[in-house]
Amino acid sequence: MSDIEEKIKKIVPKAVVEEGAFPLYVIPKDDMPALARRLHDDPDMKFDSLAALTGVDWGETLGVVYILDSTTTGKRVALKVQTSDRENPSLHTVSNLWKSAELNEREVYDFYGIKFIGHPDMRRIFLRDDWKGYPLRKDYDAAPEINPIPVTNEDNSDFTVTYSQNPDGTLKAEQRRIFQPDDYVVNIGPQHPATHGVLRFRTALEGENIKKIDVYCGYIHRGIEKLSESMTYPQTLHFTDRLDYLSAHQNRHALCMCIEEAMGLEVPARAQYIRTMMDELTRIASHLLFFATFCMDLGATTAFFYGFRERDMILDIFEDTCGARLTMNYNKIGGVMADIHPDFCRKVKEFIKIMPSRLQEYHALFTGNVIARNRMIGVGKLTLEDAKSYGVTGPSGRASGWACDVRKLHPYAAYDKVSFDEVIMTEGDTYSRYLLRLKEIEQSLHILEQLVDNIPEGEYAAKTKPIIKLPAGHYFKQVEASRGAFGVYIESREEKTPYRLKFVSPGLCLVGAVDHLTRGAKIADLIAIGGSLDYVVPDIDR
Amino acid sequence: MEVKIKSMKYEDFKDNEYIEQMVKELNANGTNVVVGVLDDMIDWGRSNSMWPLTFATSCCGIEYMSVGAARHDMARFGFEVTRASPRQADFIMVAGTIVHRMAPVVKRLYDQMADPKYVIAVGGCAISGGPFKNSYHVLKGVGEIIPVDVYIPGCPPRPEAMLYGMMQLQRKVKVERFFGHVNRRDKSQKSEK
Amino acid sequence: MFDFSEITTWIDQFLRTYLEPWGAVLVEGILVGLALLVTYAIIALVLIYAERKICAFFQCRLGPNRVGPLGLLQPVADMIKILLKELIVIKKSDRFLYELAPFLVIVSSMLAFGCMPFGRGLLAIDFNVGVFFIMAVSSIGVLGILLAGWSSNNKFTLIGAMRSGAQMISYELSIGVTMLTVVVFAGSMQISEIINQQYNGWFIFTGHIPMIIAFIIYLIAGTAETNRGPFDLPEAESELTAGYHTEYSGIHFGFYYLAEYLNMFIVSGIASLLFLGGWMPLHIPGWEAFNEIMNYIPSVIWFIIKTAVIMFIIIWFKWTFPRLRIDQLIKLEWKYLLPIGLLNLLVMTLMVILGWHF
Repeated sequence: MSDIEEKIKKIVPKAVVEEGAFPLYVIPKDDMPALARRLHDDPDMKFDSLAALTGVDWGETLGVVYILDSTTTGKRVALKVQTSDRENPSLHTVSNLWKSAELNEREVYDFYGIKFIGHPDMRRIFLRDDWKGYPLRKDYDAAPEINPIPVTNEDNSDFTVTYSQNPDGTLKAEQRRIFQPDDYVVNIGPQHPATHGVLRFRTALEGENIKKIDVYCGYIHRGIEKLSESMTYPQTLHFTDRLDYLSAHQNRHALCMCIEEAMGLEVPARAQYIRTMMDELTRIASHLLFFATFCMDLGATTAFFYGFRERDMILDIFEDTCGARLTMNYNKIGGVMADIHPDFCRKVKEFIKIMPSRLQEYHALFTGNVIARNRMIGVGKLTLEDAKSYGVTGPSGRASGWACDVRKLHPYAAYDKVSFDEVIMTEGDTYSRYLLRLKEIEQSLHILEQLVDNIPEGEYAAKTKPIIKLPAGHYFKQVEASRGAFGVYIESREEKTPYRLKFVSPGLCLVGAVDHLTRGAKIADLIAIGGSLDYVVPDIDR
Repeated sequence: MEVKIKSMKYEDFKDNEYIEQMVKELNANGTNVVVGVLDDMIDWGRSNSMWPLTFATSCCGIEYMSVGAARHDMARFGFEVTRASPRQADFIMVAGTIVHRMAPVVKRLYDQMADPKYVIAVGGCAISGGPFKNSYHVLKGVGEIIPVDVYIPGCPPRPEAMLYGMMQLQRKVKVERFFGHVNRRDKSQKSEK
Repeated sequence: MFDFSEITTWIDQFLRTYLEPWGAVLVEGILVGLALLVTYAIIALVLIYAERKICAFFQCRLGPNRVGPLGLLQPVADMIKILLKELIVIKKSDRFLYELAPFLVIVSSMLAFGCMPFGRGLLAIDFNVGVFFIMAVSSIGVLGILLAGWSSNNKFTLIGAMRSGAQMISYELSIGVTMLTVVVFAGSMQISEIINQQYNGWFIFTGHIPMIIAFIIYLIAGTAETNRGPFDLPEAESELTAGYHTEYSGIHFGFYYLAEYLNMFIVSGIASLLFLGGWMPLHIPGWEAFNEIMNYIPSVIWFIIKTAVIMFIIIWFKWTFPRLRIDQLIKLEWKYLLPIGLLNLLVMTLMVILGWHF
């Protein structure tokens, strides 16, 4: 019996353990608030970051799986809370402890209809308010007649609802205002050049200052998680490339790793090295695209072209080996699809040689510019506590001083064989988020340098059975994608298809922090902050 | 029937039967010289100055950005003035999946554009729903809500393919007839109804 | 040096022999108007092409090269298209103001355009308060932008218009102060007089440090006045879609598009007039032979070259710098440019009164 199990049993004697890849503690619904509070606050536990919050439909019951991380002890705990009321399900919110739960709980409400008691803003998030049914429930009727293509514009209510529990266990709904009647509300998005895709902000302004932002997601919600439930494991792979298309390799790496771990499959060393190199190339490409678009958002159009110029060099390398520029579809269960192209190492070396001088050029063009510095320094400060609470991982989290690099915390692939620095800054403003990404490019180049000459000979993929079935259980695996920790949660019932496949995207947490970061800032700052968080919308919406 | 455009050789583009069909229909009754010359001038102006709307929903949008970037440089053909306001744009590149929630927005954007306006559907998702066509929340192609002029297949299409598709649109605009024929035909169709 | 006034006087006399004096003036007015209109259009087209090509080279691209030789006809195609594009009428807009606004912008830039000293004797309006007139008419433009933002009934355009109003009215002050510096130095407001004063050296050389400071301030304020990057907040693409002209389509939008380039030309033209001697060739006192050679270059070419250099600098600004934020923009003007400009004016006045210059 582990240390944590003892403590949980002490707080909640009724807790049951479900064994698996990691222990899952089943907590009765009404004991959850107290336990969550203790887990979050107790100095010897301090689970201050919510790594994943996944809604699951277990047939008779609906519920949520929480995966909590402690940034101080590095421990991880998984909890499961469920309710057997399918007509009017409700659970207690944890958004008062972990801010990142706020959007995640809205997502669970959207997909499963579970109402969270005490959640400040219980609305749908991805689907329109007039959507009928809860699509990720197993008994959802997907007939197109029920939810035809909408022809009318959305109607935006200024109200939201909060549920509280009456003593007899029933729910009481309470209307709350999001915007005041005399607020000057400007609609930014979904078609807006600065939202990086189809995100929508309803923004209350006071002159040029932002009073409040209400985020609307779902304009590119493609229902990938539901689709995955009807596909075999190898078929689910191709969705990952289209989630966060700028971290295509890394996302797919996460899913492959999760499946491989569940199968107990050993991946050949060559494949591990290739995957690591591809991940790092993807990271550089993504950060270059960040540089390009971020500069363009701030009005420096020329920098956009410089960023794309170098990015194209990486895409050429991808194209040689994978045959595609953007959605590479390269990783597969047990390794990679094909061996690297003969030119691969030469081109990577060329790139490593060229890139540092180009970074100098970027600094000369943009970083040192006095206008750019004034636009970035001190804008959109995110403190370390807030970063953890909002679950802002990746470069944005590290810019606030949170050492959250999965490559260091839980090394995977060949990351334990290379030396690299985890770039950490403490200011937490737009400028540090920007600079940190450029510094990460240097580190990625360093990793590539160490790997490019040492790719071991051997098989590039392990042999797998034609039909892949995972043993029953639950699995969770994270990788460091370009914009944060990307997790995959699989629940298997020993079938060809996953029972529940959840992609824990870093983007949703980033967007969750936008309102907090932009309070009192100018409209122009919203663009700078949004750009520096560098979210990719299909990753948020899935 | 061969489409004669000086700057775009027929050999390079001859795989488009649709445009040939269109030319045949448009030229069925011959053309008045004055009107024909005017038409040619207008077509020349319009086809060489296609301003796209800044619009992208997912992966294809990134490749579309590549088309605008230095290596592929769509500015060569006069596509570079991307307008963020639909009022000033000439065509919309539907780059990416269109989902239910987005559908009214796309429709509205299309309605907000000033005539003449064109639509290019880029990538599998915009053509047919692509890999997501079985989803509860995805449209089976943007053609369900707005009329599409050019389809560019791919997932995502290569920048070269996008340029090719955009040039096909230029070709289509170049052979259109704004005076006489089209209008007359439209009227006759209406009267038949 | 060739004086264009010979031609204009000849035309005047030719007309007066056949027509009554009022008739001659009428015909001349029409002729001048037509000439200005044609130049206006040509300059706009050339500038659109030039800017696209220049920015393409900054960005390692080729720029337009398919339409006509080297893509030279690209702006012509754009104009044909934009002329024939549908004009959208917005339902809940203030119709009269909405239609009026683009014309105000174009009229203002057209009037200022009349004051451009294209060459010796090639100056449409030359009266004793010429500089004052330029300032007056160029500030009508802001009205067009404010009305556009207001009448479109759109939140983005309104924010864009408000930004534009704040920006243009602020920077107008700096422009006025720097112009005043030159006027104090020249002792005249008449454009031809200011240019003639620069016969023995352009003001930027003879005016000592205060003139150089005034030139730099004018360049910054002038860029802001044209709403171009890094001061393009009113139409900041990434923030306000297209700013104050978001709702305009077709030729209405074309007017704004043209006016932007023409305003750039006007600002550069005034800069070359005030600081670089307008059409005046480069003269160095004492070097008679050199001055003679310089005189052989036609005055029109001198003016165009000077203006082009300044326009290139403004284009360079746009494609290099990121955009300022509204508070930084206002701060730059009110906390730095204006006080420096006023002090500069004071120094210049003292210099003129006490005769500290040559």
